[in-house]
Amino acid sequence: MDKIKNLAELRKMREGMQGKMSMRENSNSSEAIIQIKVGMATSGIASGAKETMNYLITEIDKRQIKALVMQVGDMGYCHAEPTVEVTIPGKDPVVFGNVNIARAQEIIDKYIVNGELIEGILPANYRSI
Amino acid sequence: MAIKMHILVCGGTGCTASGSKEIIEELNKELTAHDLNDFAKVVVTGCFGFCERGPIVKIIPDNTFYTRVKPEDAKEIIEEHIIKGRKVQRLLYVAPDTNQSVSDSKHMEFYKKQVRIALRNCGFIDPENIDESIARDGYAALGKCLTEMTPEQVIDEIKKSGLRGRGGAGFPTGLKWEIASKSRVGEQKYVVCNADEGDPGAFMDRSLLEGDPHSILEAMAICGYCIGANHGLIYIRAEYPLAIHRLQVAIEQAEQYGLLGKDILGTGFDFTIELRYGAGAFVCGEETALIHSMEGKRGEPTFKPPFPAQSGYLEKPTNVNNVETYANIPVIINKGADWFNKIGTEKSKGTKVFALAGKINNVGLIEVPMGITLREIIYEIGGGIKGGKKFKAVQTGGPSGGCLTEKHLDTPIDYDSLVAAGSMMGSGGMIVMDEDDCMVAIAKFYLGFTVDESCGKCTPCRVGNKRLLEILTKITEGKGTMQDLEELKNLSNVIKDTALCGLGQTSPNPVLSTINNFWDEYVEHVTEKKCRAGQCKALKKYVIDPDKCKGCTACARACPVSAITGTVKNPHVIDQDKCIKCGTCYEKCKFGAISIK
Amino acid sequence: MDTIKLTIDNRTVEVPKGTTILKAAAQMGIKIPTLCNFELEGLALKNHPGGCRVCVVEVAGRRNLAPACITECMPDMVVKTNSLRAVNARRTVLELMLSDHPNDCLQCPKSGKCELQALAADMGIRDIPYKGEQSHYPITLSPSIVRDESKCIMCRRCEAVCHEYQTVGAIGAVDRGFPAVVSTAFGEDLIDTNCIFCGQCIAVCPVGALSEVDHTARILRDIANPDVKTCVQVAPAVRVALGEEFGMPAGSIVTGKIAAALKAIGFDYVFDTDWSADLTIMEEGTEFIQRIKAYLAGDKNVKIPLMTSCCPAWVNFYEKFYPELREYPSTAKSPQGMFGATVKSYFAEKIGVARENLVSVSVMPCVAKKYECEREELKVNGNPDVDYSITTRELARLIKICNIDFTTLPEAKFDSPLGESTGAAVIFGVTGGVMEAALRTAVEVLTGKTLPKIDFEEVRGLEGLREATVSVPGVADVKVAVAYGMKNARVIMEQIKAGNCPYHFVEVMACPGGCIDGAGQPYHHGDASIVKARYAAIYKADREMPLRKSHENPEIISIYKEFYGEPCSEKSHHLLHTHYFDKKIKFDIEK
Repeated sequence: MDKIKNLAELRKMREGMQGKMSMRENSNSSEAIIQIKVGMATSGIASGAKETMNYLITEIDKRQIKALVMQVGDMGYCHAEPTVEVTIPGKDPVVFGNVNIARAQEIIDKYIVNGELIEGILPANYRSI
Repeated sequence: MAIKMHILVCGGTGCTASGSKEIIEELNKELTAHDLNDFAKVVVTGCFGFCERGPIVKIIPDNTFYTRVKPEDAKEIIEEHIIKGRKVQRLLYVAPDTNQSVSDSKHMEFYKKQVRIALRNCGFIDPENIDESIARDGYAALGKCLTEMTPEQVIDEIKKSGLRGRGGAGFPTGLKWEIASKSRVGEQKYVVCNADEGDPGAFMDRSLLEGDPHSILEAMAICGYCIGANHGLIYIRAEYPLAIHRLQVAIEQAEQYGLLGKDILGTGFDFTIELRYGAGAFVCGEETALIHSMEGKRGEPTFKPPFPAQSGYLEKPTNVNNVETYANIPVIINKGADWFNKIGTEKSKGTKVFALAGKINNVGLIEVPMGITLREIIYEIGGGIKGGKKFKAVQTGGPSGGCLTEKHLDTPIDYDSLVAAGSMMGSGGMIVMDEDDCMVAIAKFYLGFTVDESCGKCTPCRVGNKRLLEILTKITEGKGTMQDLEELKNLSNVIKDTALCGLGQTSPNPVLSTINNFWDEYVEHVTEKKCRAGQCKALKKYVIDPDKCKGCTACARACPVSAITGTVKNPHVIDQDKCIKCGTCYEKCKFGAISIK
Repeated sequence: MDTIKLTIDNRTVEVPKGTTILKAAAQMGIKIPTLCNFELEGLALKNHPGGCRVCVVEVAGRRNLAPACITECMPDMVVKTNSLRAVNARRTVLELMLSDHPNDCLQCPKSGKCELQALAADMGIRDIPYKGEQSHYPITLSPSIVRDESKCIMCRRCEAVCHEYQTVGAIGAVDRGFPAVVSTAFGEDLIDTNCIFCGQCIAVCPVGALSEVDHTARILRDIANPDVKTCVQVAPAVRVALGEEFGMPAGSIVTGKIAAALKAIGFDYVFDTDWSADLTIMEEGTEFIQRIKAYLAGDKNVKIPLMTSCCPAWVNFYEKFYPELREYPSTAKSPQGMFGATVKSYFAEKIGVARENLVSVSVMPCVAKKYECEREELKVNGNPDVDYSITTRELARLIKICNIDFTTLPEAKFDSPLGESTGAAVIFGVTGGVMEAALRTAVEVLTGKTLPKIDFEEVRGLEGLREATVSVPGVADVKVAVAYGMKNARVIMEQIKAGNCPYHFVEVMACPGGCIDGAGQPYHHGDASIVKARYAAIYKADREMPLRKSHENPEIISIYKEFYGEPCSEKSHHLLHTHYFDKKIKFDIEK
């Protein structure tokens, strides 16, 4: 391991490390940031929820959006898997159905970035704990 | 695939003792079995504070808080939660008031009122990984001090923050540093971290060192920069092997990164830290005794002045602070004194870590802003009294503190209000008592501790406390007189007035505060030979009701000291002189003929 | 100097900055009681732990009471030494101390001399309200020192003396809390520790926890035994201190009374250690002359500096701490040893008594002499040269037991042939005295000329470590050093070890100021003026002697003629010289 030569180097190093820690940091203040929950029950996984989730995580990272992607259990919308719930701070959660990669991109572009609603919102029928 | 989930497992002493090591092994095994090593990772952290329900496993990013996890639960956590995203309901914490399970730790009453400054990294980072510390601003404050601030500016900032020593007496930290910095300028000086935590039931410092060792090292280096010292010593109890290990790892990593050692961050400032082990004597928490112990001398206090800042370790100027005090330093530097001094009360700034213990639902480690009330701590954070019993008293400040009662519940807690109420902040032990606790017995317990831990140097502490204990024992054995109560008061006051060090001067506090707050109970023990809590064994009397006794001989056969006599089918009698009040007869009697009086 | 004004008991006083409340009060005639606090001013003994708390006083504005012994005066301080709060606290502290004390004053070796007893009397203690467990430890013996730890009040004076003054560290506080007591490590017997038996622990102990091994009963038995003859020798320092035990002022010279008292007690022969001190000078002085001549001639093997070897605690010290340097001290026996060897050979023969039937006793200001008596190398077929040694204090007891009114006792003379002495011998009793006595003889021998001035002022004084250069015309400038206390002796030993010791001749004594404050002397209770009075008395006695150089002592001249031949002869080597052993304590943790 090399020695850290000065404060600037320490700060640079900190920024590098923070990426690895961001998940924990963000979870600590989850109320203040956008939460994206992907339904990952059997039906969801069968319909491609894993791919959707991977895409979301990668994209969020890439675009440096302050958002938290987490998996949750069955949301009860087996007819519309994969389902994704997005909570923007200060707004009610919105659940999107049939979220494949293309729709995921749409959700990010429109709803998450611009706050525009898109087609395919499912009626809220539960409260997650 | 990037890591998307972190499974934080508490690796503090408490959770380790209840099996977190095995849990970590099992979790890793399961992750490997399911080929999930690039999806989720297990992170061993320091204490989460909720020790009552350990071992604790917390899933990130969704903040799921699993309590009392067993190694065999690992499979379900991985298969259900990690793979399928379904929370393992049975492992969630159930709030005692609503009976609802709480999945997100942020919604737990235990955490809601806490403000974690000193404990900011405990239960959050892997304490054996310096990178995680750096990501959380580790050593940034040191870098800032060395590069952008003069020692005077750093001291001013600490002074402005209003930080007071967290080890007991609450001396202003900035002022302490200033005195040390101005003392014998240019000579060899030392920075000492007092990690000789010895209060019964206290584990604040241990958890801090186990959970976030780097912030202590960083703060010591900052102190060294301020006072002109380039060597630090951590005096830690040998009974804290995990904390010692974490410190050793942390020192090694910091040295590798050049954050300790020569020419730190290219600033020309040198600072090294070594560990010194204590044998666990309580009195070695007193700073002069601690210094003597580090010098290889008998661990006993000496009169101040000279203060360590004038003549300390090896007779050189020395700054001694406790672990928690140091833990606050980097935050104050990073966030500024103005941010810090908005927290707390007028004369006590910031937060205080308490080890909550006793008859309370949520036993654990908490950090609360100064000015919070005892009621909030006990009933909200602590979840109230165990088994729905009635609150009786709370002992703060460990054996040197006093018992506070119902009438103090709404007092905002800070250094001065606690002293005014007859107790003290101390290092942060907080033991809650309920109606089943006898206050005479409690005073006796604490005094027993002081008698064991007295160094024996001064007469009032060496002999006086022993005599106090003997009088208390007499009272709990039903042999006390009103004269004894008077002597108890006089002796306590004289010890307070004449003992050499803080340990001795405060040792009668548990007696004085229980006398002040529970005088009736003392009198009852003496005049009525009665212990209302039923704790003083000698005051219990087992009696056989001759009308109910069938003469079955079960009690006589069970009595371990043959105190019960009687013939078959005739009422039996207990010889009170022989009886050792073990209660065996009471349990054996099928006819309810034996009663406790 | 900066001064401070403060008020004590409603009176103002001005004292130099740094003065303690205790000293400021003393200056005003206010005597605050103390127990652990101890200082022999100007003589390197001190103990200020602030531990006993019997000196607490009330200081206005202070939360608790202040220990007067270590609290420095502050400007405008208002002190009350006799407020109810302070008096009650002091009394309670004393009662606590007494509640863990055997209170068997009548049988205690310190009875009448005990500071705790005196304090209890002063405070009018009639009852001890605190009753409870008492500490019990067995009484432990050694050749010189008796320890009764049950009486220890943890004042730690002995520890301070042992650690700081002597740098020996044989005893110290062990255990903690109520059982805490001053003892040896792991409860070892003193003989198995580094103890050098200087006995200064006894000299400073305020109570009866430390005392000397008492031989008074044995003496009475031997004197009454018709089958043996008894002889006694009296060390120089005893004659300037014994009077104190009978209410005489410190510094009274009672040589003649001692001779008379010993005769009244019934000793058959009453001799003087001063005689053998002169003999010691002849032997040691000659050894010095031999060594320095060889050294100046370039002999690389000769051990320089020559160090004195009369102090038995010092001998113990180098045997235990510096055995590798044990060839530096003179091989000459101590005056006690030379006397014993002479009395049991030359004198026993002369009076026709077998050595087994001649009981040889010494009166010493010392307790280490008791250990010296038991040395195997100082015995012949198991029969010691000196059967036993008693202290000045034991002699006082003996005089009282024998109903002798010491103050009115007419003076008598010591018996011949071992009773005549010179002023050079008397000054053995004080630090620097052996050096001066040796110089008085050696310089005359080396130069062959009579000294114009007999007083070597340059080696006198009470500083713990002194050095001087004595010019010996035609020979050399002799560099000498005088040390008392093992802390100072250690400095020289370390110099020798490092090969940079500048001295040719070094005198070492264990006790503060030399034998005048030996551990067997009447207790001074920290009053340095007593020791200083003895110091002055020694030099007065020297001045008053008709002969002041050892080699002029007619009884010394005659014993060489009659018996020893010449100094450092074969016979004197056999009887008057000894050798030293490696007694380094090997610490075995497995044991």
